[in-house]
Amino acid sequence: MSPLKELPFLERTSYRRRRLGDAARLLPVLGMVLFLLPLMWASDGAGTTARSGLYLFGAWGGLIALSFAISLRLARIVRAEDGTGPEGD
Amino acid sequence: MPAFDVILGACVLYAALLFVIAFLAERLSVRGRARWLRGPVVYTLSMSIYCTAWTFYGAVGYAARSGLEFATIYLGPTLVLVGWWTLLRKLVRVGRSQRITSVADLISSRFGKSNLLGGLVTLLAVVATTPYIALQLQSVTLSFAVFSDGPQAPDLNAIALWVAAGLAVFTIVFGTRRLDANERHDGIVAAIAVEAVVKLLALLAVGLFVVFTVAGGPAETFRIIDASPIAEWQVQPGRWVGLTFLAGAAFLCLPRMFQVLVVENSDERHLATASWAFPLYLFAMSLFTLPIAAVGLGRMPEGANPDLFVLTLPLAENQEALALFAFLGGFSSATSMVIVAAIALATMISNHVVMPIWLRSGPPGALVSGDVRHVAIRARRVSIVAILALGYAYYRLSGGGEALAAIGLISFAGIAQILPAMLGGLFWRGATRVGAALGLGLGLLIWGWTLFLPSFATGLPQAVMASGPFGIDLLRPQALFGIGGVDPLLHALIWSLLFNTAGLVIGSLLTFPSPMERLQGAAMVNVFRTKPGARGWQSTHVEAEDLLVMAQRILGPTEAQAVFRSAAIRQGKAGYLPDPDQEFLEGLERELAGSVGGATAHAMLGQITGGGSVSVEELMRVADETAQIMEYSARLEAQSRELARTATQLREANEKLTRLSVQKDAFLSQISHELRTPMTSIRSFSELLRDGAGTLDPENRARFAGIIQDEAERLTRLLDDLLDLSVLESGQVTLRIEEAQLADVLDRAIQACDGGGPVMIERSGRAEMRLRTDPDRLAQVFINLVTNCRKYCRVDTPRLRIVSRLSGDAAEVDFIDNGPGIPATEQQMIFEKFARGGDSRAAGGAGLGLAICREILGRLGGSIAYLPGQGGAAFRVRVPLAQRDVHAAG
Repeated sequence: MSPLKELPFLERTSYRRRRLGDAARLLPVLGMVLFLLPLMWASDGAGTTARSGLYLFGAWGGLIALSFAISLRLARIVRAEDGTGPEGD
Repeated sequence: MPAFDVILGACVLYAALLFVIAFLAERLSVRGRARWLRGPVVYTLSMSIYCTAWTFYGAVGYAARSGLEFATIYLGPTLVLVGWWTLLRKLVRVGRSQRITSVADLISSRFGKSNLLGGLVTLLAVVATTPYIALQLQSVTLSFAVFSDGPQAPDLNAIALWVAAGLAVFTIVFGTRRLDANERHDGIVAAIAVEAVVKLLALLAVGLFVVFTVAGGPAETFRIIDASPIAEWQVQPGRWVGLTFLAGAAFLCLPRMFQVLVVENSDERHLATASWAFPLYLFAMSLFTLPIAAVGLGRMPEGANPDLFVLTLPLAENQEALALFAFLGGFSSATSMVIVAAIALATMISNHVVMPIWLRSGPPGALVSGDVRHVAIRARRVSIVAILALGYAYYRLSGGGEALAAIGLISFAGIAQILPAMLGGLFWRGATRVGAALGLGLGLLIWGWTLFLPSFATGLPQAVMASGPFGIDLLRPQALFGIGGVDPLLHALIWSLLFNTAGLVIGSLLTFPSPMERLQGAAMVNVFRTKPGARGWQSTHVEAEDLLVMAQRILGPTEAQAVFRSAAIRQGKAGYLPDPDQEFLEGLERELAGSVGGATAHAMLGQITGGGSVSVEELMRVADETAQIMEYSARLEAQSRELARTATQLREANEKLTRLSVQKDAFLSQISHELRTPMTSIRSFSELLRDGAGTLDPENRARFAGIIQDEAERLTRLLDDLLDLSVLESGQVTLRIEEAQLADVLDRAIQACDGGGPVMIERSGRAEMRLRTDPDRLAQVFINLVTNCRKYCRVDTPRLRIVSRLSGDAAEVDFIDNGPGIPATEQQMIFEKFARGGDSRAAGGAGLGLAICREILGRLGGSIAYLPGQGGAAFRVRVPLAQRDVHAAG
C-alpha cells in the first residue's frame, strides 16, 4: 500500500528534477545569446569598449550566479541519487 | 628594480616550495588522508591550467591591441562549463566507466580501441602542443629579461634550458612515480592548485593596484579606458563568434584540459561546483585585463611591449614586491601548464605509440616474461624529456619573436580538430572508425596547410602563399577555393572543421562498424542508461595464472593480486585465481586500461587469450539475451496482473462463500424449526386423538384430524421443494418442451394464485408471443414470483405489475411490486439456495423459491434477474421465443 501512496510525491520530485535538467541545458544557450548581443550595437560603431566591457562582465556575472543556483540544486539531487540513478530525460 | 639574483633566488625557492607541496600531498595520498585533495575546490583550481602564461601576460597585450576580443578566450570555456549537464557530465561519466587515460584514449576506445586513431590524435596533440610549450618557455625568459636590464645580461637561452630541465624533473618525479591505475597524480594536482591561487592573487593584486593606486579609482579607470587608443570597440563579428567557439572547443579537447577535467576527476559531482566556480575564476582572471591594458598604454613609453604590462607597470611605479609577485604568478602559469601538458602527452605517446610498437615487435611471450611495467614507465619518462626538449628546440629555432605569440590560437585550432570525433563519438552511435579517421585526417591536413605551415616564416615559400602550389590558385593556403579576404584564423577554422565534420559524417554513413566499435559506441552513447562495461570477451581456455603474471607486470604485484582476489571471492572461490570468464576478463581489461590505455590493454589481453575478442555472433547473442530478458519481464508483468485479477476474484468468491455459509447455518436452524413445528402439532394432536378416543366429540375430532392433515401437507410441500431443487440441480429433471403462448401461461399462473391474498395484479404489454418452453415449469416460476409478492409486499394495498415485451429472440416479463424492495446488500444473495429476504418469520417458506426459479429458467434457456430501481421489488424473466416467432420478430 505505502509505495502506491508515495508515488505522486516521487513523481513530483522527478518532474522537478527533469525541469531542472532542462534549465541546466538551456543555460549555455542563454549565455550564447548574452555574449552575442554586443555584436548588435558594436557593429554600427555605437559601443565604446568601456561600456561594452561593463555589459559583458555584468552578463558574465549574472550567468555565473544562475549557474550557481542551478548547479547547487542539481548537485543535491545527484547526491540524493548517489549518481547511480538512470538518466532522467 | 630588484636584483636579478633576487628574482632567480625567489624563483628557485618557489620551485622548491612546489616540490615540497607535491611531495607532502603524495605522502598524504598514499596514507589515504588526502580526501580534500580530491574535493571540488582542488578540482576547480586544477582547471586553471587553462590560463597559461599566454593568458596571464598575453591577455593584457591582446586587449591593448584588439580591445574586448581577449574575453572570447574565456567566454568559450564559460559556456562549456555552464552547460556541464549536457556535455561534460557525459564526458566524465564515460571517462570514468571506461577508464579513459587521455583524449587519444577516448577517441581510440570509442572507435573500437583503434590504435590508428589513438596514434593520429597523439600526433595531432604533439604537433599542436609543442609550440605552446615553447611559448611558455619564451614567456618565462621574457619576464626574466624584464628584471635583467642591468649590465650583466644573463643568457636567456640558458634560463629557458634550465626551466625546461627543472620542469622535466618535476614532472618525472611526481608524474611517473607509479603506473597509477586511475592515472591520478595527487602531488601534481596539489602543486597546480597552489599555483592557481598564486597566479589569481598576483593578477588581482596588480589589477587592484593599477585601478585604485595608479588610476585613482574605478570611475577614473573608466574614463582612462574611454580616452585610450582602444576606446572604440571595433568588433569583428566573425572573429568574435569564431574565437568563442574555438576557445570552448579547445577547452574540451586540449590534452592537458582533458587530463584535469576527466582523468583526474574523482567524483562526477565536483562538476556541479566547477560549473560556476571555474567561470568565476576566469571572470576574476580577466576582470582587470582591460584597465591594466588601458592604463599601461597611457603610462608606459611608446613601443613598450604590452604583453609585459603586468610586470612593467608595477616596476615603473617602483612596486618591486608587487612586480616580484606578478613574476611568480606568470611563472606559475607557465610551469603548471607545461607540467600537465607533458604528463598528458607522455601518457598518450606511451599508450598509443610506444606500447603498440613494443607489443608488436617483441617476442610472442613478451607479456609474460618481459617487464611491461618498466617499459611503460620508461616510455613515459623518455616522452616527457623528449616533449620538453622539443619545446625548447622549437623555442630556439623560432627565435622567440612575434611569430610565437600568435601560436596560441593556431594551436587551439589544431586541437579543435578532435572535437567532431569526440562529439560524434559521444552522441551518435553511427559514428565509425573510418569516419573518425577520415574527418581527423582531413581536418589535420587543412589546418596544417592553411594555418600551421604559414605561421612559420619559412614554412611555405612565398610563391605558394601568393598563387598556390604549382600555380593552382584554388589551393592557396589563405584563400582556399578562391575565397580570400577572410581573417586567416577564421578561414582555416571554418574550412578545416567543415571538412572534418563532413569526413566524419560521410565516412560513417558509408561504412559498417566492427562489432567492437558497435559495442563501444553503445556503451558510450548510452552511458547513462546501461551499466558500464560492454561484453568484449568470449570465455576462452586461458589460464588464469598467465593473466595474473601479466597483470602483475602492469599493475604491480599488490594491486594485481587484490584485483584477482576480489574477483575470486565474487565467484565464490578461494585463493587468487578466479575463472577467466567474460565478466572477469572485462573487469581486468578495464583495470589494465587505466594504466596502459584501452587499445593496448585490449591488445595485451588479446595476445594471451588468443584473440578471443567479440564476434558478430556474440553481439547478436547479447542482443538476443537482452530481448529475451525484456520478453521475460513483460511476461512476468502480465502474469502478475493476471494474479492480481485472480486474487480479486478469489476474494469476492470467498466473501460470497462466507455469507453463504452464514445463511446456510441460519437456514438449517430454520428448516429444523420448520420441520419441527408441524411435527410437534401433528404429534400432540394425534396424541389427543388417541388418548381421548372416547371422550372427544366428533366436531373436535374432525378439527384435530384437519389440523394434522394441514400440517402434513405443509411438510410434504417443504420436502417437495427440496426434492425439486435437488433434481433440478443434478440435471435429472425431464422437461416437456413444447410451443406455448406466453399469455396462456401467465393466465394459468395468475389463476392458480387467485384468492391467496389481496394483491391487485395489473398486466400490460404484448403477451401474444409463442414460446418454446415447458409451460408447467414456466407457470411454476410465475406462480412463485406472484406468491413472493404476496408474502413480502407489506403495504396496505399491494399491487403487482406484470409487463411483458419482446426483446431480441426472447420474451421479457417483468414482475414489479410496490413494496419496499430488496436492500442492495441482499440483492446478490436472493437467488441462492436457503436465502430468504428480510424477516424470515414472515416468509413462511423455506427460502428455496427463487433458487428453484433460477434453476428452472436456466434449464429452459432463459434467465431471471433482480431489476433494481423500480420503486419496489422487481424481477425480470427472459424466456426464449419459438423459432417461428424469432423470425417474425426479426
